[in-house]
Amino acid sequence: MFESILIANRGEIACRVIRTAKRLGVCTIAVYSDADAGAMHVELADEGYRLGPAAASESYLNGNQLLKIAQRAGAEAIHPGYGFLAENAGFAEACAGASVVFIGPPAEAIRAMGSKSAALELMSQAKVPILPGYRGGDQSDEALIEAAESVGFPLMVKPVAGGGGKGMRIVNLPTELKAAIDSSRREAQTAFGDGELLLERYLEHARHVEVQVFADTHGNTLHLYERDCSIQRRQQKVIEEAPAPGLSDALRERMGAVAVHAAEAIGYVGAGTVEFLLDPDAAKEKKKKSDPFYFMEMNTRLQVEHPVTEMVLGVDLVEWQLRVASGEPLPKTSVELNPAGHAVEARIYAEDPARGFLPASGRITHLRSPAGPGVRVDTGVREGDAVGVHYDPMIAKLIAHGRDRAEAVRRLGRALKGYEILGITTNVAYLSRILSHPSYAAAEIDTGFVERFKDALTPLPASGFEPGHAAISVILHLALNRSICGERVAVAEPSPWTRLRGFRLNADAVEYLRLRADEETRTFTLTRSDNGMDITCGEKVFACLARFNSDGALDARIDGRRVRSAAIFDHGRVDLWLEGNVHRFTLVDPDERRAAAQSGHEHLTAPMPGKIIAVLVEAGAVVARGQPLVTMEAMKMEHTVVAPFDGVVENVRFGVGDLVREGADLIHLTAQL
Amino acid sequence: MSVFESNIDQRAKGFRDNSERMRGLVADLKTKVAEISQGGPSDARAKHLARDKLLPRARIDALLDPGSPFLELSQLAAHGMYGGEVPAAGIITGIGRVSGVECMVVCNDATVKGGTYYPITVKKHLRAQEIATDNNLPCIYLVDSGGANLPNQDEVFPDRDHFGRIFYNQANMSAARIPQIAVVMGSCTAGGAYVPAMSDESVIVREQGTIFLGGPPLVKAATGEVVSAEELGGAEVHCKVSGVTDHYAEDDLDALAIARRIVAHLNRRKDALLESREAREPRLDPKEIYGIVPSDTRKPYDVREIIARIVDGSEFDEFKQLYGTTLICCFANLFGYPVGIIANNGILFSESALKGTHFIELCSQRGIPLIFLQNIAGFMVGRKYEAGGIAKDGAKMVTAVSCARVPKFTVIIGGSFGAGNYGMCGRAFGPRFLWTWPNARISVMGGEQAANVLAQVKRDNFERKGEAWSAEDEEAFKAPIRAQYEHQGHPYYATARLWDDGVIDPAQTRNVLGLGLSAALNAPLEMTRFGVFRM
Repeated sequence: MFESILIANRGEIACRVIRTAKRLGVCTIAVYSDADAGAMHVELADEGYRLGPAAASESYLNGNQLLKIAQRAGAEAIHPGYGFLAENAGFAEACAGASVVFIGPPAEAIRAMGSKSAALELMSQAKVPILPGYRGGDQSDEALIEAAESVGFPLMVKPVAGGGGKGMRIVNLPTELKAAIDSSRREAQTAFGDGELLLERYLEHARHVEVQVFADTHGNTLHLYERDCSIQRRQQKVIEEAPAPGLSDALRERMGAVAVHAAEAIGYVGAGTVEFLLDPDAAKEKKKKSDPFYFMEMNTRLQVEHPVTEMVLGVDLVEWQLRVASGEPLPKTSVELNPAGHAVEARIYAEDPARGFLPASGRITHLRSPAGPGVRVDTGVREGDAVGVHYDPMIAKLIAHGRDRAEAVRRLGRALKGYEILGITTNVAYLSRILSHPSYAAAEIDTGFVERFKDALTPLPASGFEPGHAAISVILHLALNRSICGERVAVAEPSPWTRLRGFRLNADAVEYLRLRADEETRTFTLTRSDNGMDITCGEKVFACLARFNSDGALDARIDGRRVRSAAIFDHGRVDLWLEGNVHRFTLVDPDERRAAAQSGHEHLTAPMPGKIIAVLVEAGAVVARGQPLVTMEAMKMEHTVVAPFDGVVENVRFGVGDLVREGADLIHLTAQL
Repeated sequence: MSVFESNIDQRAKGFRDNSERMRGLVADLKTKVAEISQGGPSDARAKHLARDKLLPRARIDALLDPGSPFLELSQLAAHGMYGGEVPAAGIITGIGRVSGVECMVVCNDATVKGGTYYPITVKKHLRAQEIATDNNLPCIYLVDSGGANLPNQDEVFPDRDHFGRIFYNQANMSAARIPQIAVVMGSCTAGGAYVPAMSDESVIVREQGTIFLGGPPLVKAATGEVVSAEELGGAEVHCKVSGVTDHYAEDDLDALAIARRIVAHLNRRKDALLESREAREPRLDPKEIYGIVPSDTRKPYDVREIIARIVDGSEFDEFKQLYGTTLICCFANLFGYPVGIIANNGILFSESALKGTHFIELCSQRGIPLIFLQNIAGFMVGRKYEAGGIAKDGAKMVTAVSCARVPKFTVIIGGSFGAGNYGMCGRAFGPRFLWTWPNARISVMGGEQAANVLAQVKRDNFERKGEAWSAEDEEAFKAPIRAQYEHQGHPYYATARLWDDGVIDPAQTRNVLGLGLSAALNAPLEMTRFGVFRM
C-alpha cells in the first residue's frame, strides 16, 4: 500500500477518496484552486497545495502542475477521481514518466475507449453486441444520409469526441436528418474542436444499465454487478440504483460476462464501467434471437454512482482501487461477492429544475445532512461554503440502502425530505418528486422518464403562501427568535420592552407580521397564550406549538401535524427550508412607504450566475420597453436582459467580462413618465 | 440576594378558593376589556372600514415596532358612565415602542361618538400627556376626532384641566424637548386643528384627514361660501399651500410608516443610570398570586409571597426586617433594574412609618426607583398611639413619599383606605403610574367602618335625646352606606374616573411594572430634597 497519495480532484469525490485513504492509514495530499482554498476536501486532507486560479484549465486540468506538486510532496500515487484528468491518457502517461502511480487503468486502455467509434469497432471485433450504426470515415453529408437508411429511424447523431450529451441529436424522420447533422457538427466543432459524427440506432424506451468491472495486475477481471442509471436529465444521470430492477438472472449474468470480456479485450486494470443500452421490450421476449442490450461505452474510471454498488456488496471500491494500483490482487473473487438488498442514489445539484436546470450559485447559509439507518451522504460542501460557477454543480450524493427496492426508495425519499439546504437553489425537491412518482415506484424507468413526466416533475410556480405551513413556519421562527424580531435599534439595557414580545394589558400577547412572497403581501396575527400560539391569516387560524431543537431546527406542531423547518434571515429576507422544499419570503418593513411600491424604479438583476459578455447601453441612455440592455452567458447559454418599461438607465454596475452572481443588480432603470 | 422560601400550599382549600375567586375577577376584567377594545358600535366600525380607514387599534399596531408591547392606559375609562356608550372614553392611550423609542400614543376612536371629547376623554388625554411629561416620552397623536362633545361643553371646555390644557401641554412639552408628532387620519376641527398645528411634525392622509378651524357648515353659515371639506382643509391644501402639515400620506399605513420614520430621526437616547443586572424570571409562578390573595380583604396574609412572585429570581433583601414588621421594605431587581419595594403587611404603626420613611430616604439617596404595594386599612388609632405621636410619624412618611424624586410606582393590591393611601403613595402623591388589582377597594375608609362611624354618631344623637334606636333601624341605616361604599370603592368605579391608570391582571403585575419602570427611565433621575420632617 502507498504511504501517501495525491487526490487530483475536488468536491465530494476528493472527500470520498480521502476518507478511505485515511481509513487505510494512507497520507492524503489535496490540491486546490483559488476558488477552493478553504474547501472541505482541503480541510480533510493531511496536506494541501495550491494549483492555480479558479478556472479548471489553470488548476485541476493542469497536469504539469499536479505532477510537480506530487513530486514535491512525495506522493507515490495520484487518484484522479472522476472528471478533470480521470480519463486523460496523456496525463496517465505523464504520471508514469514522473514515476508516480496513476490510480486508474493503463493509458492504452483509456485511449482505446476514448474515441467512441474506435471503441465500438473494437467491441464489435470482440463480439460485444453494439447498436446498428455508421462510424465511417466519410463524413460527407451524402455518406451520412445514405448510411442513415441502413441504420434505420429513429436514430441518433452523435459527435465522435466528447460526451455529456453535447451535440447529440435524435432524428425521427429522414427529412430532419440534414439539419441535425449540420447543428451537431457545428456544436461538436465548437465544444471539442472535432466535427466528426457517428450515427446510431436510437432506442426510444431504452434503459441505461451499466456493469461495474474491476481488474488487477495479476490477470484477474471480475464484475461487481450492474446499476440502472436510466433516470437522466439532459443526458446526465440524476438517480441511480443497484441492482437494475426486473433483470432475469440469466440476463444479469450475460451482461456481466460481456462486460468482463470487454474489459479483458483492452487489457483493463482498475475500476471501470461498461455502459449498455438495454431494450426492455427485447429483454422480455422469451425466445432470444440475440442479446437485448448494446454496448454504449466504457468509462475508464470510478463512476459518480459507485456507492450504490458499494452498499449492495458491502465493499469499498476506492480501497480496491488503491490496492490494485499498489499491485495487490483483487480483495475478493466473484463467489465472494454476494449482493444484498437494494441501493438508490440521488445526485444533489446546485441548479434550478424550474428554470431548465440552470446551474445555481451562492453561499450555503444553512446545511443539515440527513442521517438514519441505511443512509449515506457523500458531500463536498459544508455550511458557509460558496458554490461557484467554475465547476460541476453537483454538491453531494445521497444514497439509501434497504432490504428491497421499496425500502431503499422509502429511505431515500425520507432522507431527501430531511436534507436541509438554504442559500443556494438545489434539485432536492425535484428528486423527491421523481422518487414519489408512481412510475418510478413501479420501476417503469427508461432514459425518457424525465422528459415524459416533465409536467408532473416540474412544479407550477405556486404562491409562496401555499401550502400555508411555509408562511406559518416563518412566523414561528420570528416568534421564537428574539434576535430577528422587528427590533431596529440595538438596545443595550435589559429592557422588558424587548423581552415582553407583543405584550398587551389584560389580554394575550399579540404580534402583527407582514410577509411578502411573489409580490403578494399578507398579514399574520400571532397570539400567545398559556397553551401555545395561534396564528391567524385572514379567516384561517393555525394552532401552533413550537420550539428550537438542539441543532437549531424548528420543531413545530401546526394543528397537530409535526412540521420541521429551518430559516435564514438576512436583512428582512427569509429563506425557509420546509421538509425538502425551499420558500422565499420578505418580512415587510413597517417603515415601507406605500408610494414606493408604485414608483417606476427597477433594479434589473442577473437571472443566473455567469459572465457579462455584452453591455449594450450606458448610463443616461433612454431605452424603450423590450430593448436589450445586457447580455450574459452561463453554462454556454446566452441570456439577454431587456428593459421592462420605457425609461432612463441610471447606472450600469458591471462591465464586459465580469462574473456576476445570481440576483446581482445589473442595471438601475427609472421609468420615463 | 436571598431567595424567598414560599409557605404556600397549593393544594389547600383556601388557596384553591382564593384562586377561583380571583380567576373569576380576572376573567370578568378580560371580558370587559375585550368588549371595550371593539370600539364603537358595529355599524360605526363598518362605516369606518368602508372608508378605507384602519380601526384605531389596527393603527396603533401598525405604528408600533413589530412585536412591541403596548402598555395601554385607562382601558376602562368612562366605564359605566355616559350611559355606557363611550367605551375607553373614545380615546386609546398607551406606551409602545416606535422605531426603538418608547412613545406615548394618543389615538382617537372615531367609531365612538365621532371621536368627540367627553369630560373623561379630556382627562384621559391629559393624563397621557402628564405621563409623557413625567417620563420624557415623545407623543404621537393619531387624530380622528370631531372635537369637544358639545352637549358636555361645560365639563370639557372652560376649566384649567379641560380641552385647552391639551395644547398648553403640547407647547410646554415641545419646549422641554419632548417631541410632539401628529398624524391626521380624520377630522381635526376647531380646537382639534391645534393638535397638528401645535406639533413639531405632522402627517396627513390624502382624502381622509382634514384640518380647519371652521368646517364647511360653519363657513357657509358665516360667509355663505360653499366649499368641500377636502378643499377647505385636506392633505393637498395643507401640504402644498398652507404648510399646516409636513408630510403627505397615501393612506393610513403610509402615514404610520412616515410617523415611524419621524421617530427614527428624533435622535433620542435613553441613559439609564441604574446598575442593571441580567433580567431573570421569578422562580415562583406569578399566577400563584391568584391563590394567595384572600377572598376576604380583612384576612391577613404575608405580602412577601406576592413580592416573590413579582421580582427577578424571587429574590429580595429586606431592610429592618425585625422592626416595624407591618411594613415590608426590601431591595430587589425587576427586569434587571434595581428597585426598592414598600409593601403593607398589616396596619401602620409609628415604627412602620419610621421604617418606611428611612427606606424612602435610602432609595432617594441612591436613585433607586420605588414600588409601593398598597394593601392598607390605615394607621393605628387609639389614645396610646396618638400620644406616641403616630400623626407626626405618619406625616414623616407622607413627607418622604411626597418629596421623593425617584420614579415611584403604586399598585393597589387590596384595600386602600384613609391616610394609608397617602403614606403608600396614592394618586395624589404623583407616582409615575398607579395600577389597581380587580380585588382592590379604595375609599376614605372601609364601607363597614364608615357605616359604623356614621351609625355611632347617629346613635349618640339618639342617646343624647334619650331615644332608642332599634337594631333593625340601625341596620336599615347602615346598609345603603355600605352599598354606596362598595359601589364607589369598586376598582371599576375608580378606574372609570381615572383615579388610577388601569385595573390589571395580578399575574401581569411584574410585566406591567417592568414596562412602566423602563418607560420611566426615559426621564433623567432627579435629586430629591425633602421638606421638614416633624421630629
